[in-house]
Amino acid sequence: MPSIIEVSHLSKEYERGRSVHQETLREFLVRNLNPLAWMRTLGRNTKESRKFWALNDVSFQVGQGDVVGILGRNGAGKSTLLKVISKVTDPTSGSITLRGRLGSLLEVGTGFHPELTGRENVYLNGAILGMSKSEIDACFDAIIDFSEIGKFLDIPVKRYSSGMYLRLAFAVAAHLNTEILIADEVLAVGDIAFQRKCLRKMSEVARQGRTVLFVSHNMAAVADLCSRGIVLDAGKLIFDGSAKQAIQLYTGMMFHTNGAPSHIIDLRSALDRRSPQGKLLQAIELYTGNDEPLVNEVKLGSCVKVRVHFNLPVATSSYNVGLGFNNASGQRAFTAHTSFEPNRDQAAVSGPQVLVCEIPSLTLVPGDYVLRVWLDVGKTEADLIDSATRITVLESDFYGSGKLPSDGMFVLDHNWALGS
Amino acid sequence: MPSSFEVTIRPHRGWQPIDLREIWLYRELLAFLVWRDIKIRYRQTLLGALWAVLQPLIAMLIFTFIFNRLAGVKSDGPPYPLFALAGLAPWTFFSTAVSQSSNSLVSNQQLVSKIYFPRVFIPLGSVGALLLDLGLTLILLALLMVHYRWPVSLTLFWLPIFIAAAVLATSGVGLTLSAFNVSFRDVKYAVPFLIQMGIFVTPVIYPIRDIPGSWRILMGLNPMTGVVLGFRYAILGTPSPWPVMGLSLAVSVILFISGLLIFRRMERRFADII
Repeated sequence: MPSIIEVSHLSKEYERGRSVHQETLREFLVRNLNPLAWMRTLGRNTKESRKFWALNDVSFQVGQGDVVGILGRNGAGKSTLLKVISKVTDPTSGSITLRGRLGSLLEVGTGFHPELTGRENVYLNGAILGMSKSEIDACFDAIIDFSEIGKFLDIPVKRYSSGMYLRLAFAVAAHLNTEILIADEVLAVGDIAFQRKCLRKMSEVARQGRTVLFVSHNMAAVADLCSRGIVLDAGKLIFDGSAKQAIQLYTGMMFHTNGAPSHIIDLRSALDRRSPQGKLLQAIELYTGNDEPLVNEVKLGSCVKVRVHFNLPVATSSYNVGLGFNNASGQRAFTAHTSFEPNRDQAAVSGPQVLVCEIPSLTLVPGDYVLRVWLDVGKTEADLIDSATRITVLESDFYGSGKLPSDGMFVLDHNWALGS
Repeated sequence: MPSSFEVTIRPHRGWQPIDLREIWLYRELLAFLVWRDIKIRYRQTLLGALWAVLQPLIAMLIFTFIFNRLAGVKSDGPPYPLFALAGLAPWTFFSTAVSQSSNSLVSNQQLVSKIYFPRVFIPLGSVGALLLDLGLTLILLALLMVHYRWPVSLTLFWLPIFIAAAVLATSGVGLTLSAFNVSFRDVKYAVPFLIQMGIFVTPVIYPIRDIPGSWRILMGLNPMTGVVLGFRYAILGTPSPWPVMGLSLAVSVILFISGLLIFRRMERRFADII
């Protein structure tokens, strides 16, 4: 049986800066017609040095019904790959063969117009995604049901809350009925309950035997949905295999390029960051219970202190810091949050701040954990870093029995006694 | 859609023909884009679609006062207001459609850089949506003809041909300018100026017979010359020189085809540079 997607020797070259800097006609004429400028470029090979390969000789095949996660750091070429597959941009060399109709969700809500009503946008967005009017008619009720928009259907979407807007947008996209579906970060929409619903819908799609390419930084979603994983790095395909192995490779990659490991992690240049209120998180420091530097590794059951450095530009007493420990398959194993502490009284402060979180006994099973750090100001997220650092929990004789626990997610103190 | 559907994506170089199969597959989208443009154009305005006729109507009143009454420009038969409005109807369509379609790709950046469909639909949709305004202006012209008791002649059967020529010329210019606008935002500044000057080299205000004989055929190189003459010929029955109109019609067709080709050639870099 032939594969559904065949990517062979695909490359895409960009010129650095060209897309950022908008050339005017005058500059174009000067560059192309001015003999002096032209001769200068002959001497130096400036043009060549500005070019880079966003995709470099990438080949893979996807069979019918495969659900493939595409992983890689920011700028690794994931989005470029999806753009080339969906024909948004031309490859520089190589080819792709698609055997089926392709639906792309490169960003939910593409083509939504704020002045149009919800109902009108469903039709417009559906048509833009490639659905015919009769196809949209057929699943219109299902879309509206799924979106939970209800009575707001006939008012302009500019009056919607951002949650409602995203729910409707995802609902349309989720009802695309194409043989191939490519999705980029679509799951980061709405509240937690709706995110779960989106995930359920995605796995339903996956089970229908449709072929899905899925780009996400949400490792739990990738682990949950995908059977296969592809890892890209600097435009090259460096791994093609099981989703589980791909996730392990990717989480490992995240931290091996930041120089020598240290107990102080500078967050100012962190990747995978959402900073609606600016880059407020500055650094974290890790220490053991005896205040000795803790570099990447900690024994199961020992004490961990995390010092979080951050900035508050405006004086406020309403700020919270959270730490999340995600395990290798992307599941949240444990969350520490300032709001969990009872009767916590904070004075209004501004400028550089340090909060110390002490975990007397880190009882996570041995393995690799990714630490997520975030700061909320007021009731909204101010700055979030998805993967600030990696912590490896080492085996230890937690129970004092000589047995080294490794199953499950936690170790918890427990007793056994004979029942009567 | 059968699952035997198969496409191969390869780098494209040089000039590309139009992919008619793809245009057919997406035909409903063009209708949706036209419908969207119509829906949103006059949203949250007090006068709504009245704006479509207000513009040529006010221009007609001013032209009649300044050029006819003050400067003494005469029409070539019908009352000057009819003469002016019959020319203003296609000219307003052309100028509004060119300025909107030339800006359409840039104002729909998100569509261009996030998703694929035949992108010629974006400028063509802007042009298509303005056909409704043209229709409304023609209704106004009909009412004015009743007022002046000006008869309709059999030449009205020619009107669709000249409407088609107007659409071809407008689309050709719109496609070319929208494609250039992606790389060179100079277009945004040049278009209003070109449109302002354009009305003087198109016989909207004055009749073609005011142009010396040997220059008339040169006027035919402007596609809108033929369209304006054709509208007056078809609706008002004024005599019009066929050589000039024929040349304009040919230029319209050439502009449309070259516009499509230029657009296709530049299209593959849109998502990278927009």
